[in-house]
Amino acid sequence: MSMMEDIRLKVESLLRTERLPHVWCSGCGIGITLNAFLRAVVRANIDPNQLAVVSGIGCTGRAAGYVNVDSFHTTHGRAIPFAVGLKFARPDMHVVVFSGDGDLFAIGGNHFVNAARRNHDILVIAVNNFIYGMTGGQHGPTTPTGAFTTTTPYGNPDRPFNIPHLAISLGAPYAARWTTHHLMQLQNSIYTALHRKGFRVIEVISQCPTVYGRRNSMRDPLTMMEYFKKNSIIKHDATFEEMELTYNGKIVVGVFRDVQGIPTYEERYEDIIRRAKK
Amino acid sequence: MAKMILTGNESAAWGARLSKPKVVAAYPITPQTSIIEKIAEFIANGEMDARYIRVESEHSAMAACIAAENTGVRTFTATSAHGLTLMHEMLIWASGARLPIVMSVVNRAMAPPWSVWTDQLDSVAQRDTGWMQIYSENNQEVLDSIIMAYRVGEKHNILLPTMIMEDAFILSHTAEAVDVPEQKLVDDFVGEFEPAFKLDPQDPGGFGSLIMPEGPYMEFRYKMALAMDEARKEIRKVTEEFAEVFGRKYPGLVEEYRTEDADAIMVVMGTIASTAKDVIDALREKGKKVGLARIRYFRPFPYEELREIVKKADMLGIVDRSYTFGYGAALYTETKGALYGHTDKPIKNYVVGLGGRDITPDVLVKIFDNMLKIAKDGVVDREIEWVGLHGDERWS
Ligand code: SF4
Repeated sequence: MSMMEDIRLKVESLLRTERLPHVWCSGCGIGITLNAFLRAVVRANIDPNQLAVVSGIGCTGRAAGYVNVDSFHTTHGRAIPFAVGLKFARPDMHVVVFSGDGDLFAIGGNHFVNAARRNHDILVIAVNNFIYGMTGGQHGPTTPTGAFTTTTPYGNPDRPFNIPHLAISLGAPYAARWTTHHLMQLQNSIYTALHRKGFRVIEVISQCPTVYGRRNSMRDPLTMMEYFKKNSIIKHDATFEEMELTYNGKIVVGVFRDVQGIPTYEERYEDIIRRAKK
Repeated sequence: MAKMILTGNESAAWGARLSKPKVVAAYPITPQTSIIEKIAEFIANGEMDARYIRVESEHSAMAACIAAENTGVRTFTATSAHGLTLMHEMLIWASGARLPIVMSVVNRAMAPPWSVWTDQLDSVAQRDTGWMQIYSENNQEVLDSIIMAYRVGEKHNILLPTMIMEDAFILSHTAEAVDVPEQKLVDDFVGEFEPAFKLDPQDPGGFGSLIMPEGPYMEFRYKMALAMDEARKEIRKVTEEFAEVFGRKYPGLVEEYRTEDADAIMVVMGTIASTAKDVIDALREKGKKVGLARIRYFRPFPYEELREIVKKADMLGIVDRSYTFGYGAALYTETKGALYGHTDKPIKNYVVGLGGRDITPDVLVKIFDNMLKIAKDGVVDREIEWVGLHGDERWS
């Protein structure tokens, strides 16, 4: 068996194939991201019994239903608190939140902020498609200023979140941004993050041709991916000023922060128990 | 008056548009989203003169409506299922602050397991929040109820919020012909919003301050209870007036269908009523004397009407599309509570259609047959029965 074939079979064993075909539109970037994640898990040789995947609500939220490991499809915005509870009860496990921008940064925004501040030992893969896809394309917390959605038919007046910027400002030890066009870099980044500790955040800029692209002159998946390709600039360790992500403008990608040795919340908690018992 | 082909959600958006709220704050959730999308479009096109706030959750949507309404303007929002239950805290605030906010609710099942189909637990679980609750049977009623809800709620002796329910997909995404009333008529009917109190820099006041147990907390709540009783009268009056202006007559709090000389009467909320009416017509042709009471207002609860209705039949079958775990579904226990001491006729609870399971005429025929047997025998076979569970021979 070729190595490629071996990886493919291993990735397949991590999917609940009986639930396929998936609900995602053809050309959607969520599948690409899930594939990159599962390949990184295979490469990292993580025992599927030691991995839990937690999703919230939305198109990306459906991922929890397709992975063949312990998974939670939680309520809207609550993927992170569920994950925090899981990690606390089972500190030996890898806990990965795989959810969308609307879920993690609007209705669940407060959980993201506080979990990052406390440095919980979880990996957050945040698929950012700039919109609420599942409900049909409403403006969300990451919709670029000026972009068109069903609830901003003449352009969005809001300023969007800059996700890695937010994570780093809260002390997250690992923060990266990639697009679905950066398949290998994304996979490598997830692979690295799986070996790190603490609150790790990887933003994946992903195409939603169906309800975002359509309203923003990028009707098909390829046009969106070409847009990612044309506008992306890789800049590791970018400063806050450099981490740009604008409508029709630059997409700065890369690993913006990767530091080790910052104690996680779980470690600090164990430490307190140890001291109290003395 | 213009006839349009509208879904339940479009009807809700039109009801809101015609009532001219000044602030709409909302968050998307299936199967409600098309209401707030339509409203966003109306506002963006200048067809509605209102501010639209794109908030980050339903909890914030209600908080924003509360604050806006406190400044003395009319507000509107819409939600469903998990969005509604997330709002719970703010719902109680809205009624406690006596703000006549109007909201559309698309009834959808609660998770887990995830389901987007119809089920009334989401709104039934808001029974104690101090909101008035209307359950619609068709899209016309969705639209008209919004207009009437502002009219009733904004009266100074009432000042209570209202939620108007539509069954997911059965109404929300199904189009039918709807009369969209003329703006002028609605303007005259609803009138300008005149707040009883509001945030005003010229006349400063504090809202929501702390009260000690010996303070008037209990009196505030008692006034709310009285307001709900006033609303009961006002609803009957406003539906009469609505009929005069718009030519459509709604039955106040409860609609009765062929209850005269009935042996058994089914009591329901929502779209089951339409199917039941057809079934009743068919059964009546076969000489089976059955009728229907459709509860439009679950809050305030129409206890007086039900005490009259029970006199007309030998038994009541209460059909609930939700369940209150521990004992009986809400419409059943409420009805029984209202009738205690007023009747000793048999009353049975049928639990149906949870998570959007289809309620076909066949199912209702079987329920009616069971009801007629109870009416004849004078004994209830089972107090509470879940209808159509997988593998249950009785209903297959
Ligand atoms: S709506 Fe957009 S995000 Fe959702 S599955 Fe389709 S393409 Fe993907």
